[in-house]
Formats: sequence, C-alpha cells, structure tokens
Amino acid sequence: MAKLKVPVGPDDHVQGPADAPVTLVEYGDYECPHCGHAYPIIKALQRRFGKQLRFAFRNFPLREIHPYAEAAAETAEFAATQGKFWEMHDLIFENQNSLSEQMLGELALRLTLDTQVLTEALGSGAFAEPVRRDFSGGVRSGVNGTPTFFINGHRHDGDFELETLRQAINKAAGK
Amino acid sequence: MSNILPAGTPAPDFTLQATPDQTLTLKGLRGRPVILAFYPADWSPVCGDQMALYNEVLPEFQRFNAELLGMSVDGVWCHAAFSRDRKLHFPLLADFEPKGAVAKLYGVFREREGIAERALFVIDKNGTIRWSYCSPIAVNPGADGILEALENLPK
Repeated sequence: MAKLKVPVGPDDHVQGPADAPVTLVEYGDYECPHCGHAYPIIKALQRRFGKQLRFAFRNFPLREIHPYAEAAAETAEFAATQGKFWEMHDLIFENQNSLSEQMLGELALRLTLDTQVLTEALGSGAFAEPVRRDFSGGVRSGVNGTPTFFINGHRHDGDFELETLRQAINKAAGK
Repeated sequence: MSNILPAGTPAPDFTLQATPDQTLTLKGLRGRPVILAFYPADWSPVCGDQMALYNEVLPEFQRFNAELLGMSVDGVWCHAAFSRDRKLHFPLLADFEPKGAVAKLYGVFREREGIAERALFVIDKNGTIRWSYCSPIAVNPGADGILEALENLPK
C-alpha cells in the first residue's frame, strides 16, 4: 500500500495539535469537484475529533483539466505568507463553482490582502515552488487523483464519505 | 489474473496507430526508456483519471528522458477526441485491430471484457522490460512505481 514519503513538517499548512494521535493529509485541487465534496466532510471530522486530529492540506493541481487550479493553489500560498492560508483555503472551496482569476482577487480583497501583489505573484509564478514541491512529493507517495488522503502516513483507498473516513480515523487512533 | 510479462523479458515489438495518419513502432524508441501504460478505456469519468495524472507528471518522466505511451483497445478517432478533451501531451496508441493484440503479447488482456488491464511496464533503452505491474482494474496505480523503476534503471 502506498505510503506518504514526505512527513508533515514545518513547510505544511496544518490544523490541529502536532501531538494528535491521528494525522490526516489531503492532496487536493481547488477546482476538483470531488475535493469540493470532501471539504465540508473534513470540517465535520475536525469538529468530531477535535484535538485528536491533525489535518494538513497539500496542493495537487491537475492543471490541464482544471485551468484555475494552479492559480488557486498559488493564491492560497500567497495568503499563507500573510498568515491567512486557511481562510483562503476555505473561501476558495466555498466559492469553487465560480472560480476565476477575478474571483481569486475578490477573495483576496475580502481577506484584506494586497491584490496588486497577488496579481504580480501569479504572473511571475512567485508561489509556484511550494505548489510544485507538494505535487512532486504527492506523486512519489502514490497520489493517484484528487483528493487523495493519507491517514497516519498510509494512503486511504476507500471512498471519502464522512462515515468511511470516521471509521478509518478511529482505526488509526486504535479505537 | 493476467500473466503479465515480468522484468527481464525482452519487450515484444509492435507497430500501432498513434494518430489517424501516424504509426509508432516500439523499436524506433531504442536508446531511451519507454513507459507503457495499458488502461481499460478512454473516457473514465473521474477527475483522478490515470492518463490525466500522467499528463501532469510528464516533466518528471522527462527528467529520465523517458517516453510515455498510453494504450487501450479504443480506436484512433476515439483516442484523438479523448486526448484533445484532456489536453494530453503524450501519444495514445490504438490496440484496436486485431483487438488487444499488443495487450495479449504483454499478457495483460482481459478476454471476458475484451479490454486491457491497468498495467504498467518500464522498458530500458535496450528494449528489455525492467519493471511491470498490474493494478486491480478499479485502482489507478499512480505514478510512484514508474518513477521508482526509472530511478532504478542502470545508467
């Protein structure tokens, strides 16, 4: 079974305590409808498991089939430099159906980010590197589509409905 | 289950249509590694489609100077439409007539359904299979196995 090759570390965007018994890693694409479907499910899992669960999101944009996935990923990375990764991550998924470069700019405004800097950064690829690094590590770990989840380092090959993930997390926690 | 050709076997040669007016011969690629990716059918309905994934991973394959060939029993016009829709940047070969002949040569044809397995081969620059893998048909095997096999090729 495929295993996570890059452990969760300081480069990651993480919610939940470092010493949580279970770490859930998602490789996701902001334009992928299945990732959009998973978004509220992750929220529900986080509410349910509280401090027992650490969640990390990594970028896996399928650029050729999702024209705004890369820009969305870079926008979230830009927001991260202002300490607003998760706010942007959530806003993008909540507005996934109307994703466009203009919409990303509007979301940046809502988070009081400098949209001029964002536009320049998207043009120059200033935040392409962390996205590329996530993608490359994901490929090495056996990410085979989006979303792909790893629970305590093991690829989760089942579906990603709430009940399935809840059971898988319980199992990883030894319950 | 299939009798997939194992590592160490010379890769059987073949010539197949790559586009409506072009053929591709395996032997013609000697001198560089080749990745053969057999898959059941075009138009798989999921975002995590295997060919779409490989399309994104192409730069990593190219670091090894490797050529990627997708293959299914779909016809050349079907491949052309699929390839255009998914914006694929590598050839899809039509193992169409006689149906599945190349898949049979490589031991990855499913007689009952008349389609190829989800099977991967990494062939070295001299035409010898160095790694092969047959995935459960419903499971996209990802690209990690291919990259590991490319890394392990003798220099």
